[in-house]
Amino acid sequence: MHLDHTHDGASAVSADAHRPDGARRALRIGLGGPVGSGKTATVAALCRSLRDELSLAVVTNDIYTREDAEFLLREAVLPPERIAAVETGACPHTAIRDDISANLEAVEDLEDEVGPLDLILVESGGDNLTATFSKGLVDAQIFVIDVAGGDDIPRKGGPGVTTADLLVVNKTDLAPHVGSDLGRMAADAKAQRAELPVVFQSLRTEDGVAAVAGWVRERLAAWTA
Amino acid sequence: MSRAALLVLADGRFPAGGHAHSGGAEAAVKSGRVTGAASLEDFCRGRLHTAGLVSASLAAAAALGADPAALDAAADARTPSPALRAAARRLGRQLMRAARAAWPSAELEALAREFPKGAHQPVVLGVTARAAGLAADDAAYCSAYESVSGPATATVRLLSLDPFDASAVLARLAPELDRVAGAAAAAARGVLDHGVDVLPAASAPLLEIGAQAHAAWPVRLFAS
Repeated sequence: MHLDHTHDGASAVSADAHRPDGARRALRIGLGGPVGSGKTATVAALCRSLRDELSLAVVTNDIYTREDAEFLLREAVLPPERIAAVETGACPHTAIRDDISANLEAVEDLEDEVGPLDLILVESGGDNLTATFSKGLVDAQIFVIDVAGGDDIPRKGGPGVTTADLLVVNKTDLAPHVGSDLGRMAADAKAQRAELPVVFQSLRTEDGVAAVAGWVRERLAAWTA
Repeated sequence: MSRAALLVLADGRFPAGGHAHSGGAEAAVKSGRVTGAASLEDFCRGRLHTAGLVSASLAAAAALGADPAALDAAADARTPSPALRAAARRLGRQLMRAARAAWPSAELEALAREFPKGAHQPVVLGVTARAAGLAADDAAYCSAYESVSGPATATVRLLSLDPFDASAVLARLAPELDRVAGAAAAAARGVLDHGVDVLPAASAPLLEIGAQAHAAWPVRLFAS
């Protein structure tokens, strides 16, 4: 979490905890991870799980289309005005880490247009294992990998696996079919991450996103405390 | 203030949103007008002497302290394509965010208040140069260079063009960049006495048309 700090009177430059009118801004949580690991499915499940109790919005960062935004619209997980798509010029990690200006504009516009918001989920375009979010953009980040991408990913580490505030190992229902060893993945993740939490999930099961949703609620409680 | 501030401002890694824009290169590649280093050079030369000259003169005039609102209106008048006007304002807003963090100034704050959704990027660039203690010529150079460096970088990604070839294109354009930046700064000095109508109004119709078509593509790598 960021310490509260404000620039004198100016609107939020990046990580300020308050809006120009002095109100606390929404908590911003980033979801990153490799292509196809289930980031968008996790965002959709989180929206369904949290939308009745929280005011929330989503920013997607697609690589070359609006597919992720359109998936969320099609699934009707949120009204369209609560979903914004950022274009990333073929470099999704640049837009979430090195030059976060377009994403900051998107989150501020959402707060202006449909706020007040409690929570904004910022989904990265599928990228590689080194992609992490800038602390100027998000307050916490979730890294999503899946069992079918290879059960050696936790052992290989990298900034996403090692430093994300929450590591999600998705599609556990596929483990027997792709020969992935969940016990080994858990042990490797523990070795890489020490006390940082890891959630194993399958969105095929009833309320499969419950553990991640619970983690988000805890972060939000800490943010608003 | 330091001349080296120009290096910070002109650095392609300055976090002001440029990485997501191709400066028309994506439309030109798709239509077969840019296919390699030689046609990239032609494309960049055309852009430099039209959109580049206009944006450099706007930036130089803003750096001299001309009224940003009048310059913004002049930029609108010189940008027929609604898609390009929207892109220029979006980039102006993104540059404003980076500029306020890098060179806080009362003039930047005033411009941000007057244009909360963004003024045209060259206008913001000029006011930023002023806040950084840079001269009109510096602002003109920065803007003229951006007008060709953006498409060159984008073409490396779009065509898998050899990055050394792309850098060589920019190096070959350097003498023309000198002339364009000089002409832009000279025109800008006229604004203080004669108003914004003395600024160049060179236009590249294919860039405008290409931008309109590009904005409607369902699948694209770049925002413009």
